[in-house]
Amino acid sequence: MILDPQLIAPSALKATMAQLKAEGFDFLVHLTGMDWGEEGFGVVYQLENTTTGEHRSYRTVTADREHPMLPTVSDLWEIGNIYEREVYDFFGIIFTGHPDMRRIFLREDWVGYPLRKDDKTEEQNPFKLENAELADTTTQYDVQEDGTVTTKQNIVFEEDDYVINFGPQHPSTHGVLHFRIAVEGERIKKIDPVLGYIHRSIEKINEGMTYPQTLALTERMDYLSAMQNRHALCMVIEQAMGVEVSDRVQVIRTIMDELQRIDSHLLYFSCLCQDMGATTPFLYGFRDRELVLDIFEETTGGRLIFNYNTIGGVMHDLHPNFCRRVKEFIPVMRKNLKEYHDIFTGNVIFQNRSKGVGVLTKEEVINLGCTGGTGRAAGWHNDLRKLRPYAAYDRVDFKEITFTEGDSFARYMVRLLEIEESLHIIEQLIDNIPDGATQEKMKPIIKVPEGRFYAAVESSRGQFGVYLESNGDKSPYRLHYRSVGLPLVYAMDKACRGNFIADFVTIGGTFDYIVPDVDR
Amino acid sequence: MSNHQENSYFGGLFSGIKSLAIGLYTTMRELFVKKITQEYPENRAELKMFDRFRGSLIMPHNENNEHKCISCHLCEKACPNDTIKVIDEVIEVDGKKKKILGVYEYNLGKCMFCMLCTQACPQDAIEFDQSFENAVFDRNVLNMRLNAEGSKCVERKPAPKPAPAKPVTAQSETTATPAPATATANEVKSESPTPEPVVTPKSETSADKEN
Amino acid sequence: MFDFSIVTQWIHSFLLTTLGLPEWLTILTESVLVALVIITLYAIFAIVLIYMERKVCAAFQCRLGPNRVGKWGLLQVFSDVFKMLQKEIIKMRNSDRFLHDLAPYFMVAASMITFACLPWNKGAHMLDFNIGIFFILAISSVSVVGILLAGWGSNSKYPLIGAMRSGAQIISYELSIGLTMLTVVAMTGTMQISEIVEQQYEEGWNLFRGHIPAIIAFIIYLIAGNAECNRGPFDLPEGESELTAGYHTEYSGMHFGYFYLAEYLNLFITAGIATTVFLGGWSPLHIPSFDGFNHIMDMVPGAVWFIGKTMFVVFLLMWERWSFPRLRIDQILTLEWKYLMPISLVNLLLMATLVAFGLHF
Repeated sequence: MILDPQLIAPSALKATMAQLKAEGFDFLVHLTGMDWGEEGFGVVYQLENTTTGEHRSYRTVTADREHPMLPTVSDLWEIGNIYEREVYDFFGIIFTGHPDMRRIFLREDWVGYPLRKDDKTEEQNPFKLENAELADTTTQYDVQEDGTVTTKQNIVFEEDDYVINFGPQHPSTHGVLHFRIAVEGERIKKIDPVLGYIHRSIEKINEGMTYPQTLALTERMDYLSAMQNRHALCMVIEQAMGVEVSDRVQVIRTIMDELQRIDSHLLYFSCLCQDMGATTPFLYGFRDRELVLDIFEETTGGRLIFNYNTIGGVMHDLHPNFCRRVKEFIPVMRKNLKEYHDIFTGNVIFQNRSKGVGVLTKEEVINLGCTGGTGRAAGWHNDLRKLRPYAAYDRVDFKEITFTEGDSFARYMVRLLEIEESLHIIEQLIDNIPDGATQEKMKPIIKVPEGRFYAAVESSRGQFGVYLESNGDKSPYRLHYRSVGLPLVYAMDKACRGNFIADFVTIGGTFDYIVPDVDR
Repeated sequence: MSNHQENSYFGGLFSGIKSLAIGLYTTMRELFVKKITQEYPENRAELKMFDRFRGSLIMPHNENNEHKCISCHLCEKACPNDTIKVIDEVIEVDGKKKKILGVYEYNLGKCMFCMLCTQACPQDAIEFDQSFENAVFDRNVLNMRLNAEGSKCVERKPAPKPAPAKPVTAQSETTATPAPATATANEVKSESPTPEPVVTPKSETSADKEN
Repeated sequence: MFDFSIVTQWIHSFLLTTLGLPEWLTILTESVLVALVIITLYAIFAIVLIYMERKVCAAFQCRLGPNRVGKWGLLQVFSDVFKMLQKEIIKMRNSDRFLHDLAPYFMVAASMITFACLPWNKGAHMLDFNIGIFFILAISSVSVVGILLAGWGSNSKYPLIGAMRSGAQIISYELSIGLTMLTVVAMTGTMQISEIVEQQYEEGWNLFRGHIPAIIAFIIYLIAGNAECNRGPFDLPEGESELTAGYHTEYSGMHFGYFYLAEYLNLFITAGIATTVFLGGWSPLHIPSFDGFNHIMDMVPGAVWFIGKTMFVVFLLMWERWSFPRLRIDQILTLEWKYLMPISLVNLLLMATLVAFGLHF
């Protein structure tokens, strides 16, 4: 969609946002830090009303390039907390009233703010070999009535907290993710995520790349939603340029997205089993995932990084064997799903470990921006395939799986039932893929007209959005991804408090965050 | 902390035992099915990758040790990672200066197999093969030279070749424009040494300048 | 049945009379011999069990298991042991060196002494006296000291949590094991291992003799025994996906090897005791009034019976391990204190009634 964010002065921001929240805009989709050069630093807010589905965007800007300060919205939408820390980390905008103004991705001794257009990142930050200590306190900036800014120290961990480091190398953080966990006996008191161990600054790299080149990096974020991520970026560029892809491409993209979802949910199942110490179902999941990967590989040439969607089409037409293989796969998968339920879902140990554990209510998931299966498990109807159908989702019939419990078991069941729904979607499409071109004719140099654009897809684990700001050039001015995993990682603290260490692993497993997607 | 729908003591006990028995039955059944392990080095002979698999970039040569590369640098410019380096050689043919391919360097270690180079190529001179045993002990080995020693560009007929009838992709559109220029024996024209690049080289400064 | 005590008697008399050694030197020589035999058997069974576990777990998981080193991967375990022997034993700066290094020996010593109590054949038990069962229970719980020392001595957070879990778990499950053993002792009327087996040879396996209470006791023993040796689904002291490796996170080289060895041998010992107490130890399968069949069964040496039955129980435990997810610490304690312990107590009462009224076979 084309965004036309309404400009709000920083002084009026607090009141406007509070009013919007009161009007029912309870979901802060996205918060994008911006460097508009002369105009100053700013933030683009995207809000959504989860009852009416209305989407609005606002922006605010501060001309002060030396000490940019904006009021926080983290007191209205909890997820704003981590989004604003990200903006602070990369743009140096200080959010007044924010309780925790620490860097989140970069080292605490980092100099400069790398996503500013005038930052001299490499000159200021020579390669360091020594360890950077993590601070146990954090700073809060407050604007007083007379306009002066005061600082105060907030405590992250008390002196005598028993803090355990989970990660960055740990079998069940699913990647290089670092949590600092304060425990009391086996009970979790507080979780503080330390991110950025594999941050590659994809957003900054994209600013120096042409549009076709940026595509390749989307698959390296959430590698289990590679197809959908790339779909989102292609979609936003196509919408911005006004390109209509053929029906055939739409259907192919839909089938591929659903296969990707099955692939991802199978891995989800496997890894959850592994996290809970059941190694056997872990291998059953991988055994079946192999079938999906073979289907992918035959058509796209890749098993993890597919490189399939292009701007205005897809890279290759479907392989002649594709339909046959998919049709063979569907019954096998249905049979094996039953086996999963036998060996794992029904198991009394698993049920006791997951039911009623890590509960997030519907209000909480919306406030924390936990989209996808995690949100649906709490009863939030957030499936973009239903809300804003894209590709060929408007012509297929499927159920949006929702639960109301919001516990680990509900999150798990959402995924397993979604596999069935995905199979159902593929079944409807596979026999009547329309004919048509697999690639629209594009200009040799792809230039996106000036403007701000946003497109989102329902990736395997939630709403994956792409915010594109273009000034008509051949590379994006700013390309920001709405990471699915970042809100989930942030929500870990809320979900885990009071639970056991063992539950932390289960809750993390059912949340299903992918670290490269969190870090980008 | 345990289950929400509290079962009765014995009800919970027996349903628990039943669920465990189902689990045991499932694994026991699995004990007798055919195993899925692929014994890799032994099955090398029948192990074949799919045609579209991207193993490593190659430049096919014909039996006369000729390749199709006209040294237009389009692949080099399309590459997001600076994986490809095309080094020209200027030779003199009939008193005219002519630019031909000197060395085509490709760094497999940097390549992310995005296929932008093969799409950009107007001559189909490069392609991905299906090799997958690409592990080496020394990373310098990954720095490969794709054109064979002493190879040369295949002679083209003087008539301009029509645009290749590949599936139309973002870059292949451009091939129509440079095709006549390149087909006329790759002469180095002082004003335009290479066809208009599709992709200008990316640089950190260009982004800064534009603000 | 072949009585192995003929062999031991012969060695004894050979040393004492033929070689003319003094009494004390004879006993010393015999002790050294027996110790050598224990250590050898210990090592052999560890290797067999590790190999078996890998193959069995692979089969449950649709895999082939080790198949690279040697034919069918037979040499895999040897190469692993060889590798472990070469590894450096890392000395950590802030650990309690003495306790840290002591811990693995507690583990190995405890399991080796328990191992020596197993009756291999008629007349072939290394440790056998009138409080045998009691002794086994006492000695096998020494390993918890090793685990606690490992957790404490490492001066690291994961091992400490693992050790605490383990302490709570093992001490709880000792109770069930003790009660199930008591159930059998109530029936047999003796705690001497050789006598328990002898009785089963005469009158049939305890599992059949004691019918309902014996079967319940057997199942509870298997569950509790599995928990005692920290194997899945009770492996939360190690809890690899939670605590990386639990109490032995900070160990390397052969120190880690001892923990590993002890884990597998504890599995064998648990199965071995189950065999001894419930499945008749070395006594062959007899069906009353099928004399021909019984005679053929008697031809098979007792050691084969014992090892065969033990391996069968080991397989049952592996099957269980590779089917279930791990329990959580509160669930483990719930299982013990809310289910296993009360059931064992009731079961003991049932058995006592049975014995009092002579209702067992």
